[in-house]
This record gives sequence, C-alpha cells and structure tokens, in this order.
Amino acid sequence: MIALLSQYPLFAALLALVGLAAVFGALLGYAAVRFKTEGNPIADEINNILPQTQCGQCGYPGCRPYAEAIANGEDINKCPPGGEAGIQALADLLDVEPLPLDAEHGEAAAAPSVAFIREAECIGCTKCIQACPVDAILGAAKQMHTVIISECTGCDLCVEPCPVDCIDMIPPQETLQSWHWDLPNPVSRRVEVIASDAPRESSPRDRAA
Amino acid sequence: MRKTYGFHGGIHPPENKHQSVRTPIADAGIPPELVIPLSQHIGAPAGVAVTIGEHVRKGQVIAEAQGFVSVPKHAPTSGTIHAIEDRLIAHPSGHLAPCIVIVPDGKDEWIECVGTPHYETLDKIELLELIRHAGVAGMGGAGFPSSVKLSIKAGTDIETLIINGTECEPYITADDVLMRERAEQIIAGAKILRYIIGPKDTLIGVEDNKPEGIAALRAAAQGSGIEIVDFPTKYPSGGEKQLIEILTGKQVPSGGLPSQVGVVCQNIGSTVAIYDAVVHGRPLISRVTTVTGNAVREPQNFQVLIGTPMRYLLEKAGYQPEKNRRLIMGGPMMGFTVPDIDVPIVKTTNCLLAPTEAELPTPPPAQACIRCGMCAEACPASLLPQQLFWFAQGKEFEKLEDHNLFDCIECGACSYACPSNIPLVQYYRASKAEILRLRRDHEKAEASRVRFESRQQRLEQAEAEKEAKRAARKKAAEQRAQTAGTDTEEDPIQAAIARAQARKAAQQTGAEEGELEKLEKAVVSSRKRLDTATAKLEQAKSEGSDLVDALQTGVDKTRAKLAAAEQALADHQQTRTQGSVGDKPPADAARAAIEKAMAKRQAEAALSPAEKARADLAKLRQRLQKTEETLARGKANGDEEKVIVALESTVVRLKEKISDAEEQLQAAEDA
Repeated sequence: MIALLSQYPLFAALLALVGLAAVFGALLGYAAVRFKTEGNPIADEINNILPQTQCGQCGYPGCRPYAEAIANGEDINKCPPGGEAGIQALADLLDVEPLPLDAEHGEAAAAPSVAFIREAECIGCTKCIQACPVDAILGAAKQMHTVIISECTGCDLCVEPCPVDCIDMIPPQETLQSWHWDLPNPVSRRVEVIASDAPRESSPRDRAA
Repeated sequence: MRKTYGFHGGIHPPENKHQSVRTPIADAGIPPELVIPLSQHIGAPAGVAVTIGEHVRKGQVIAEAQGFVSVPKHAPTSGTIHAIEDRLIAHPSGHLAPCIVIVPDGKDEWIECVGTPHYETLDKIELLELIRHAGVAGMGGAGFPSSVKLSIKAGTDIETLIINGTECEPYITADDVLMRERAEQIIAGAKILRYIIGPKDTLIGVEDNKPEGIAALRAAAQGSGIEIVDFPTKYPSGGEKQLIEILTGKQVPSGGLPSQVGVVCQNIGSTVAIYDAVVHGRPLISRVTTVTGNAVREPQNFQVLIGTPMRYLLEKAGYQPEKNRRLIMGGPMMGFTVPDIDVPIVKTTNCLLAPTEAELPTPPPAQACIRCGMCAEACPASLLPQQLFWFAQGKEFEKLEDHNLFDCIECGACSYACPSNIPLVQYYRASKAEILRLRRDHEKAEASRVRFESRQQRLEQAEAEKEAKRAARKKAAEQRAQTAGTDTEEDPIQAAIARAQARKAAQQTGAEEGELEKLEKAVVSSRKRLDTATAKLEQAKSEGSDLVDALQTGVDKTRAKLAAAEQALADHQQTRTQGSVGDKPPADAARAAIEKAMAKRQAEAALSPAEKARADLAKLRQRLQKTEETLARGKANGDEEKVIVALESTVVRLKEKISDAEEQLQAAEDA
C-alpha cells in the first residue's frame, strides 16, 4: 500500500486531501447540530435595545415583531419611544448609519407618561384591558378599572378604545425620591455648587480676616 | 502611638472653625412650632402613628418605622399634633414632603424613659432593637439607620471599630464641641458599640486641628482600652473610606462595604445618641448643630430639637438676613442651599452656614478645561475627574461606569481645585442619577417584555383551547347526527337535539322564520305574564292588600308590552309578505351587520373631505363640552387633584385636536 502511494504521489496527495475534507466536514456537521442557536440571536439583541413599551407605533404588534423585522432589514428609525438614543444604539449594534426618527410614526415623547383612569366615569367595559399589551389594567366586566402605574409603559393603546373617554395619559410627577441633580449648563452658571464657590486667589479666610 | 496612613489626594481649604467654638453648647429652647419630616434618613419614610389634635409627650413615637431600613420618629417635646401635611423640607429639590407639625405646650413633659445602665445584661439583638426604636440614624452625612449599619452579617470578622470624630469640613464644629463637653458620653457610647460589635481594636479618629477635643477624649478614655488617634488635617479625611485607610491602611473595595475589610464606622454624634438611647432610654429628639457664617452675629453651637425651623435657630444666633445671600445646610464643600429659611432642622443637620457674599461669592462662570490635572491630584478616591468630566458631557455612561464613577464620594475636592471653576461634582451627581435612571428604565423594559410575552402566550393558549373545543363540539355533533340517523328510539335528549337542529336549519333557510318564531313566542309569553299578573291583581284586590297600586301598574305595563309584541308580529308578517315580492333580506344577522357597516363606510367615503372634517369637528366640540362640564363639576365637588389634572390635560388635548380639525376643515374647504 505504502509502496503504491510512494509510487503515485499525485494519488497520495488526492487521498490525503479527501481524507482531510471528510474529517473536517464531519466535524463541522456535528458542530452545526450540537451548537445550533435557538431563534434569531440578533433579533434578541435588538429587542433588548427597544424600549418594550409595546405601543405599536412602528407598525408592528409589539417590540419583538419589530426587532425581528429590523433583523430582516427593516429601517431602524420607526420607534418614537426609543428616541434618538435608541436609534443610535441600534445603529451601533447593526453597524449602520443612524437615521433621523421617522416622523410618520410619531414624535419622541419628552417623558413616558402613565395612563390614568378617571374611576368615577369608568363603566367597566373591559375594552382597555383587552387593549393593554402588558396587562397593566386591573378590572372586570361592570367593575371599575384601574391602572397599575408601575407596570404601565405609557403606550397610549388604551386611550382610543375607551367608549367614555375616561383614560388620560399624564406625565409622571416628580417626587422627592425621583428628583435628581441636573447636568450644569455650561453657558449660564446657575447651579449652586458650593465646593467651588470660593475662587482660589481669594479664599474665605483672607476675606474674613 | 499608632501608625497612621495617608490617602491619595485631598485639599486644605480654609478651616473657619474658630468662630463657632468660642462659647459652650447653648440650649436653643422650644420653638413655637416643630415640623418633623417623616423621611429624614435613607430608606423608607416612617408611617404616621398619631392623629391631628392628639396630645403627645416628649419622646413619644409619632411615626413608626416601615421596613428594615427605616427608623421611627419621636415627639421632640410635649404638645399637640397641629397638622399632618406636606411642608417644604431641607432638600436641594425644593419639593414638599409629608411632615408632622407639633405645637409645643411648653411643659416639656417626658414619657417614662427606661434606661439600661447595665447594658451588658442585654444581648446584641436586644441592644440593636433598642437603638432602632430610639430612631438613631447616622448624624454625620447621609442619615443611614445606625441599627442597620451595626447589624453585621454572621461570620464577618470585625477587627476594628472606628468612631469618626474627624469633622473635616470647614466651618462645622458640632462634633468638636461634643468631644470637648461630652467626652465621657462618647467613651460610654463607644463601649456600648464595642460590646455590640466585638472588635479587636476600638479607635476614635480625630484630626489634629481639635487639640482640646483630643485632650478631653484621652482623659475620659483612660483605662478603657479605647485609643484616640490623631492625624494631620486634610479634607476629606472624614469620608468613611478615607478614614478607614488613614487608620488601618486598608482600602474598601470598589462598591463594597467597610465590613468587607473588617471595619465598622460610627459618627461621634450617633455614638452619643446611642449612649442616650441605651443608658437613659431617650430617643433621638435633639442634636448639636453649628450655626456659623459672617451673616450671624454670634456663631455658636446649639443643642436643638429636631423639627425646629431654621429661622428660629438663626435668630437665636443673631441672624442678619440682609447680609446673607443664601443659607447652606451642611458645610461649604458638601452642603446644599436650602430652598427656604423656614424649613426644619433634621437628624442630619450638622451645620447651618449663613455666609455673606464676600465670604462665599457667586461662582464665576466656568472656563474651558485646560487639562492641568489638578482635579486628579485632589481626588481622594483616586479617580480621573477630568476623564469623568468629558464622559459626563458626552453622556457616555458606559465609560463613566468603567471609570468607576460610583466610587466618587462627591466631596467636591476636584471642583475646589479646578482653576477653571468647572462644577465637576455637579456633573458627577447628575451622571450618577442618569445612570441609575437608565438602569431602572432597563429593568422596567425587561419586566414589560416579560409581561408582554406571557400575555402573548396566554392569548395563544386561549385561542388554541377555543379551537380545540370547537373541533370537539363539531366532532360530537357529527357523531350524534350519525347515531340519530340509525336510532329510532324516542328519548328526550335526542328530541332536544332534533329540536336544536331544526332550529338551526330554520335559521339557515332564512332569518325571517327565526324572527317570526321569536316574535310569536314573545306574544305568547307576554300574554301568559299578563294572565298571571291579572290573577294576582284580582287576588290582591279581594284581600284588600296595599300592593294593589303596584300590581295595577305592573298589569298595565305588561299589557303595553303585549300590545307592542303583537304589533311587532303584525309588522313582521306584513314585511314578510312584501319582502317575498321585493328584494330578499340578508341570510343572517351577522351578514346584515357587516353590510350595514359597509354601507356606512361607503356613505362616509362618499362624503366630501370638507363635510367629513366638519363632522369630525362637531364631534370633537361635543366631547370638549362634555369634558369641560365634567371638569367644572369635579372642581365644584372638590374632587381629587389627580382627577382635575387629568381632566385639564384632556381639555387641553381636545382643544389642540379641535384647532387641528379646524385647520383641516379650512384646508378641505380651500381645496
């Protein structure tokens, strides 16, 4: 056998290459089965960036379908709640040019608002409950409904179906806990930063003395 | 002499401490009104435990702790609960917060205080509970509940207990005077803490600019095994992590707690409060506060009741409002401007600084960063303030976190050192808040995603179940139909099925038969009801019951219904005879509805744009009118504020919509 191979080097080379191809083919085939990815991983990553308001302003029934559509080549600028920051994050992820927000799908809201049901007017029709994509409205037929504020995404979808127009979107009120310092305005120094109040050359002690 | 270590950076701002230590601690007395905010500490606000008009005695619990990280509030003096309402508090936001307002009766009557001078008789858990009930929260800075800080996880080996007497911020002398005047109490408190924690060493760390305090503490600590350690003055050596490094040479890991390196820290003020709580059974209802600055005539320290309005205290020190540009709570480095001079003193108010304009001038405008690196030299946490500043400006939050923004203790050394007067700390504070907000948003988005997906799953499942039921019913019906065909025996179930099938068949052949049948049934049942009603009426009449009138109206109503039913039947028969000549009615009700809707849509489409716009406008106006009426009614009835706000926003929105619609109408008419 070896003598035969040494006699026909071309044949030997051919045999070696075929052998290698078979081994690597089998290896790749096994890996493809063994390490098969479930679903579309890029869609998952896109979905992580989307704000999950499930508002449907993009034209898809929820964030997940839109994420899948983006993964299949849909434009990235159709999500108003995500705003410019969201588009930027998507552009970074997909390595494409960030586009300005498509005005056709609405404008980016300043702050996410929360649905509020004027309970005295609610007739208990359950229409808003069916419309809510995240089950954030509590109630039953002919019983007053109310919004679970912490779960409301501010998607606006419950406002339209209400037959008595008793649902309003109100911006969340700032509380002591939610308050925080703002970035200082570099142009006008209206912030009260005490540490740097005294310029170095005229320290308080000099003035006081 | 114990070896002390240094820490990176730090600054030496003018101390200005001498002004307020010339006189001993003065008692501020009882102000005409005390305002006690429910949240004076980190954690959950306390829950109100009194009612308006109730008389309370000094030291009585007026608000209970809610949750583990929370402490109760006590009445600072005896008096009457005047109000429980939202008041302006000492917070940079200028927001209102719930407060309990007490009008003192001047008697200053204590509740019965049960002290435990022999605290060794109690175990650790009982002592911690005692401290928690006394409402002791960190009195140096953030106001973290002391009992939580002292609850060390089992298995953690604590080597060093540190009592923080550093007080490194300029102007403040509250801890200094405590050391001078109440050294015995501090040592006694430290012994209690030592008993609870069980460390190898107990140290009291004091900067060397307080020689009197150090001497007093050393005298009191004779033979107790507690060591007083002094070290060179440098700001911010009072920071917890900085002090630990100075005294032990150990660095607390980023994002970690001091207990990870075997250290527990407590403030001098808190130590005295713990002593009072354990030995005398007195809750934390007063504290020592420094009142200083060139806008007060007599800068000094006061023993002041928690809840005392700042104005009252300032006036005691000879406040000159015309000289004072703004009032600062805390020191000149880490304090903040209070929104109003009437806000109350809280457990964390260690200093009231009333500077003149010359003393703390308005900050000059920020210049561009010249990359001098002085901020990095000053930073006690060894951060890169300059880099952080660029990232904060560019809102590069990931990079900020990578550069350990959360290790920043917001001491202000960088801002102080900056030759360009850039408010660096402000950038870090804002960025921290923004990052926390983004984290929260992301968490919420995650929760929404899960809810959305589980809802989707539920809907799919429900649909599948319905489909399965439908299929099963269909199959059963088919089977029954087969058995009915072969079975000749008459049984009631089969008869019912046959009837149902017949009815179905009737419906399929034409709706009019079903309709006719329904109408006929209505006539028959109405007649039956009329008969029974009449019979009852007769009976009632013969018995002379007082129900006669009611029954009479019932009979009349039933009679009217019967007449209506008969009329409907007659109408239907008539239309049917006509209908057989004219066009055929639609096969079933659903199709009829669809056709009706389609006709309506067509009619709408047939309308000109102008007409459509006009119709829309009319509808909107109607809605606006209705909402305005509701709003007026709500206002008149004094409805909840939330409801009014919501209604107002609706009115505004509707008005916007109307103006839009008007524009559209205009455009349509022009076209």
